[in-house]
Amino acid sequence: MANALNHLVEQVRENRVWRSIFRSGTGESNLHRALFVQQNVFLHLFSVKARKRTLEFSATWYLGALTFGTFLILVITGILLMLYYHPSVPQAYADMKDLQFVVSSGVFLRNLHRWSAHAMVFLVFAHMFKVFYRGAYRPPREFNWVIGVVLLLVTLLLSYTGYLLPWDQLAYWAVTVGSNIASAVPVMGSKIRFLMLGGTAVNANALLRFYVLHCVILPFAAVLFIAVHFWRIRKDGGIYAGEPATEVKSE
Amino acid sequence: MSDDAKATIPPDSAAEMSRRNFFIKMGVGSVAVAALGTAAFSYQYLSPNVLYEPSPIVDAGKPDHYPPDSVTLDPVTAIYVVRTAEGFFALSAICTHLGCMTAYKPELGIIACPCHGSKFKTDGVKIEGPAPRPLPWLRMWLSDDGNLMVDRSSAVAIKQLVRV
Repeated sequence: MANALNHLVEQVRENRVWRSIFRSGTGESNLHRALFVQQNVFLHLFSVKARKRTLEFSATWYLGALTFGTFLILVITGILLMLYYHPSVPQAYADMKDLQFVVSSGVFLRNLHRWSAHAMVFLVFAHMFKVFYRGAYRPPREFNWVIGVVLLLVTLLLSYTGYLLPWDQLAYWAVTVGSNIASAVPVMGSKIRFLMLGGTAVNANALLRFYVLHCVILPFAAVLFIAVHFWRIRKDGGIYAGEPATEVKSE
Repeated sequence: MSDDAKATIPPDSAAEMSRRNFFIKMGVGSVAVAALGTAAFSYQYLSPNVLYEPSPIVDAGKPDHYPPDSVTLDPVTAIYVVRTAEGFFALSAICTHLGCMTAYKPELGIIACPCHGSKFKTDGVKIEGPAPRPLPWLRMWLSDDGNLMVDRSSAVAIKQLVRV
């Protein structure tokens, strides 16, 4: 039975269509495995080989991967929430309440989105602390730290823009306060606030602008910088494995 | 052959721009002009020219609706209509700290902000921070049909009461 299954799998993998997609072909050699990673557009962001030490839990606590995991949950649940949510002033709050009380599994998806958002902010900070205290930000990885800081800002902006969308009292006053903080910028502060809100008060234009930022512009920026962030890990010599052991020579 | 031709060019022509340099400068220059134009275009596009926001001028109704010595908040328009023994004035209910709406506390006789705890007297004077400025007085007048009118967009420096 197992033999027949193996044979079938082997037949599929030798198939012309399969081979046109996965060019590396069958084989268990290191070369084949390396080619499989290298020739895949998604996997080629990563190294074809990793040090065993870097895959252990203690090396990273998997904080970066967990952050990416929450991001994937947020993208999927976010797209599903968009199917019921209208970013317009009387409708937004009602849609949020409908998601909680009327839509099947709506409350599950909304809560999953909200809790994952909180978790992502927490995990980004935890990831940065881990990288900082292990010294993994040092050369040659210093530029990837900079990309990480950009990703922190994108995460916080995603969190902030998403906060307005339920259009309840908490959201309204949080964004009123936040946009007034932005207007404290010298010289062009009130202009920044005007562009941010698309008006002089938190209103229909502000809701729409925050919605577009939250659902299109910021996720696009996040995906772009995440791709560069992952690719840089490979280019900078893989995940930081710690200082190379130095021999202590005794006289 | 072309090397020989270059060698014969007199040295003072080195100050002149080569054809390649000229086109590089033209290309970079036109991209810079296009970038500036795009920035100006984006800025203009992102600034709305017409705002569908409520009018700053508010009809606060007949003066008789306000009992003597009262502070009345209209949460929709975010203004206080204050009636004292001498007359009426209008006060902005928007906290001068970060824009939250303040509330009148009748038991304490003060105006307080729920966001960060600023406190004001009922004439707008600040009691304690973090608000940097007092609540502004707003321009108030009587309309022809005897209603109190308030312009939320114009704060008045001179505190004048509307006497009815």
